[in-house]
Amino acid sequence: MTVFEVFRQERKGQPFQHAGSLSAPDATFAEVYAREQYGRRGESVALWVVPRDSIHEIDEFVDELERNYHRVDGYSLKSKLAEARERAGAAAMVDSSSGTRSQKPAEPGFARREPGGG
Amino acid sequence: MAQREDEFLDYVQSGGQVETGDWMPDDYRAKLIKFIEMHGNSELMGVLPEREWILRAPTLQRKLALTAKVQDEVGHAQLIYRVVEDLGKPRESCLDDLVSGKAKFHNVFHYPTRTWGDVGVIAWLVDAAAIISQKALLKCSYAPYARIMKKICWEESFHILHGRDVVLTMMNGTDAQRELVQEAVTRWWGPLMQFHGNPIAREEDPMFVWRIKSQGNEEARQQFLDGYVPQIWELGLTVPDPKLHRRDDGVWEYTEPDWAELRHVVTGHGPKTADRLDLRRTAREQSAWVRSVVLAEAA
Repeated sequence: MTVFEVFRQERKGQPFQHAGSLSAPDATFAEVYAREQYGRRGESVALWVVPRDSIHEIDEFVDELERNYHRVDGYSLKSKLAEARERAGAAAMVDSSSGTRSQKPAEPGFARREPGGG
Repeated sequence: MAQREDEFLDYVQSGGQVETGDWMPDDYRAKLIKFIEMHGNSELMGVLPEREWILRAPTLQRKLALTAKVQDEVGHAQLIYRVVEDLGKPRESCLDDLVSGKAKFHNVFHYPTRTWGDVGVIAWLVDAAAIISQKALLKCSYAPYARIMKKICWEESFHILHGRDVVLTMMNGTDAQRELVQEAVTRWWGPLMQFHGNPIAREEDPMFVWRIKSQGNEEARQQFLDGYVPQIWELGLTVPDPKLHRRDDGVWEYTEPDWAELRHVVTGHGPKTADRLDLRRTAREQSAWVRSVVLAEAA
């Protein structure tokens, strides 16, 4: 007996997803069993039936160089943003005390969130 | 080694899932095999009470539906035994242990199916109780089992509808039909209340500790009562438990189920245990030649 992995596609255009496995003496039986176990009720529009031995699994992804610059977790903006907002707020206060109006006063609702970001 | 086991426990308890090829503690593997094998056995044995009514189904439509349900349950057994095989116990050994009476299956499948009313009540309420347990397995720490449970739950929801349709049709029929349903509810209530097991604290249940199950026995039973007792009552049916009621805080109180009966039945002493195992054994012997031909052809 050979173990076959079955992947099913639920609707056209969707990815094939692993559904389960079956054990069959050969590919012909595997097809019959796969139809019976994973497609009898119209729950799949297509199946991939693959001998388990043919699947090459890769499950180790070593990031020796810590290349986080090409991922979102490489960019932690929270503290930088807070600092930038604080600077901007302080600059605006200096501006208004010296009488120069470089910008409109913030709306009250907006002002409540300043400075420091939150 | 013990440290590795602790890490594994932390991992599954924080929602981590395990695949077939991953390292796992021996105890975890043994518990998985025991639990999943019993589930497979229950699917396979669970078709026998219903099978008895295929030839006696009242209409062609019902006969087809019941046949389809039986076919589904056998299919579930196939999927489930496959998972057990990957954990290290071959399907043939599971079947050996089943027919020799060594392995267990769910209490409700050890009882007779006396009337068509029983068929309706089994498909409606027994399947409802089962789907509550099965839905809780969608989060099982062993991922291959959780994945096939998706398909199984999907098919079970059709079974419950079929059962409810049978019951509603009878309730809208004659007094004699209503009586058949009431008698069946009365007969099945005890086993249904035992179905989810004794109210062991979930932290003491090894199946919960390993996150094979994601809920405790009593939680499952409460969920069953909350979902289905109102549905039973609204049809004018009576539940044979004078203590049964829903408290203001939402908890259901009931008469203590007969745990001695549960133990007696699942250890192979139910009213239909011997008959059904005999049937399974005979079927296996009679189909042995098919398996040998298929394997020889393929070789």
